[in-house]
Amino acid sequence: MKQRFYIVESSCVPLQVENIDTDQIIPARFLKATTRDERFFGKNLFKDWRFRPDGSPDPTFPLNNPVYHGEILLAGDNFGCGSSREHAAWALAGYGFKVVISSSFADIHKINELNNFVLPVQVSGGFLAELFDTVRNNPRAKVRVDVPRQTVTDMVTGRSEDFELNPYKKYCLMNALDDIDFLLSAKDKIEEFEKSRGYETVNR
Amino acid sequence: MNTLFDKIWDSHVVRHVEGGLDQLYIDRLYCHEVTSPQAFDSLRSRGIRCFRPGRIFCMPDHNIPTVGQESPIQDLVSRKQVDALSANASEFGLTHFGVMHKNNGIVHVVGPETGLSLPGMTIVCGDSHTSTHGAVGSVAFGVGTSEVEMALASQCILQQKPKSMIIRVAGTLGKGVTAKDLALFLISRMTTSGATGHFVEYSGSAIKGLSMEGRLTLCNLSIEMGARGGFIAPDEKTFEYLKGKEYAPVGEAWDRAVASWKTLKSDEDAKFDKEYVFDASDIEPMVTYGTNPGEGIPVCESIPFSSNDKPLAYMGFHKGESMLGKKIDYVFLGACTNGRIEDFRAFASIVAGRRKAPDVVAWLVPGSWSVRRQIEAEGLDRVLEEAGFEIRQPGCSACLAMNEDKVPEGKYCVSTSNRNFEGRQGPGSRTILASPLTAAAAAVTGVITDPRELL
Repeated sequence: MKQRFYIVESSCVPLQVENIDTDQIIPARFLKATTRDERFFGKNLFKDWRFRPDGSPDPTFPLNNPVYHGEILLAGDNFGCGSSREHAAWALAGYGFKVVISSSFADIHKINELNNFVLPVQVSGGFLAELFDTVRNNPRAKVRVDVPRQTVTDMVTGRSEDFELNPYKKYCLMNALDDIDFLLSAKDKIEEFEKSRGYETVNR
Repeated sequence: MNTLFDKIWDSHVVRHVEGGLDQLYIDRLYCHEVTSPQAFDSLRSRGIRCFRPGRIFCMPDHNIPTVGQESPIQDLVSRKQVDALSANASEFGLTHFGVMHKNNGIVHVVGPETGLSLPGMTIVCGDSHTSTHGAVGSVAFGVGTSEVEMALASQCILQQKPKSMIIRVAGTLGKGVTAKDLALFLISRMTTSGATGHFVEYSGSAIKGLSMEGRLTLCNLSIEMGARGGFIAPDEKTFEYLKGKEYAPVGEAWDRAVASWKTLKSDEDAKFDKEYVFDASDIEPMVTYGTNPGEGIPVCESIPFSSNDKPLAYMGFHKGESMLGKKIDYVFLGACTNGRIEDFRAFASIVAGRRKAPDVVAWLVPGSWSVRRQIEAEGLDRVLEEAGFEIRQPGCSACLAMNEDKVPEGKYCVSTSNRNFEGRQGPGSRTILASPLTAAAAAVTGVITDPRELL
């Protein structure tokens, strides 16, 4: 999962549904695993939308449509609402998605994606609609997501939009770093903070 | 000029990080069995111990069965996850309220009722309903497993400070209208993403008028409008509720704490990024008809013609139909939303002297052992049993169906939980969110019923 993240240029899988909750991304019954096995979670991504109760794939679901594939998921507004389960981000990563493009993301899921090197790219509603059109008209159309320049480009129309990315998180993505070492590098400051608030600092 | 949210957040910033993130100190971390094992694994692989074990409390709640907790869990995968939490707590020196422990229960019920969650604290847990603890006047929010690991390792997390929002609710709630109805009403108005990026303060006479249990229900559902969290400034009711709780301060420390908690309020001229005003007298008992908590209507109204087709197809409902009189199959009373003593009192007040409808399967699941003991102490168990109901053992249960309490495909469940997502209560299950009163009315009539008719 932790690989330097610079540029993704890929075809997209369009999932034009709004308010996709993390229960759909990975249903609760798959949360019993005690390890971070991304392949297991990836196999069960959108399980109840991808597969019918008898276990056969639902051919109408975009992930089962062979014309659509790629490292970018296009999704409707408010992607990842509901449960905080990070397993949803593990499932997206395990399936092979590196980028999710939507017009908005639920807060917790957005952080979970970033902490797993899946990049949430928030674009305007208008640009998202354009991207859906492009991909529907030409499933092999590519979209380019450039992290250093913070731009997302429809390679068919040439239209492009900037996206926001916290500078620290950008640095982490581009250098394959996570937050633990960074937080602990301020150990003195944490202890100072505790003293200033009169907290007990005995490590019991 | 400051909001209470600003005051609590800013006073917990260890350092600002370039680009707008804060290293935020976390006063209390709760761990349950589902979202913590990978965090503990990662600590082990890094060779890191917990920074402040005394601030961390663990309890299993999601997977545990609600009958037969005396025996080992039969689902071996669930058992492994529950055992992993126990082993991790022991290895890392953390307090663990295991299965059948007197303090065990749903983490968001246990935290406030034991006094582990206190005014002015920052609180996180790998669970979106951590917003519940905001009812005691804390800044509490759900985080992912990576952030659980951060908090275990450093007692801090890195966060962008959310924007502030205030929702004022004037007036008083009508008879038969509960905190749950208030919350479902707000979510239906705000939509499931209306408060994304914001931390919500609830205020106004209707909020002040809520009991602590009601406030916990309201704050619990903040996440369902997309909010990072929701809270209520502490007042006398809060102090009264917390006094004497097992982990609350005692003696002089209590007096000092209360004196300091009394200062926890937004300044008169505080500026919020967003402000909404509602009137409690507009609110009626609510039910959901769709597949997100924002798709709710007053129980006596019809399904809007503007509804989306996909959720209605899943639910087997049609535009313009009345919800009243719809046959239901299951009733679930419980969850971190409505598994507290007041919820059982409300349910009992309707079913007392009546009988459970014969075709309805009802699961009554207290949020904690403490709630169950209180139910027994008040004799509510006898009232419920006489009406044909049984009280189960505590846990998250049918809220997300990780244990055996699953609603079968295509069946309707009137549920006091928090989410009506597709498959939430079991693959193919159809959830209708409602208050404990509305759930009780459905349980005795077998159909969706306005609870005010039975009061």
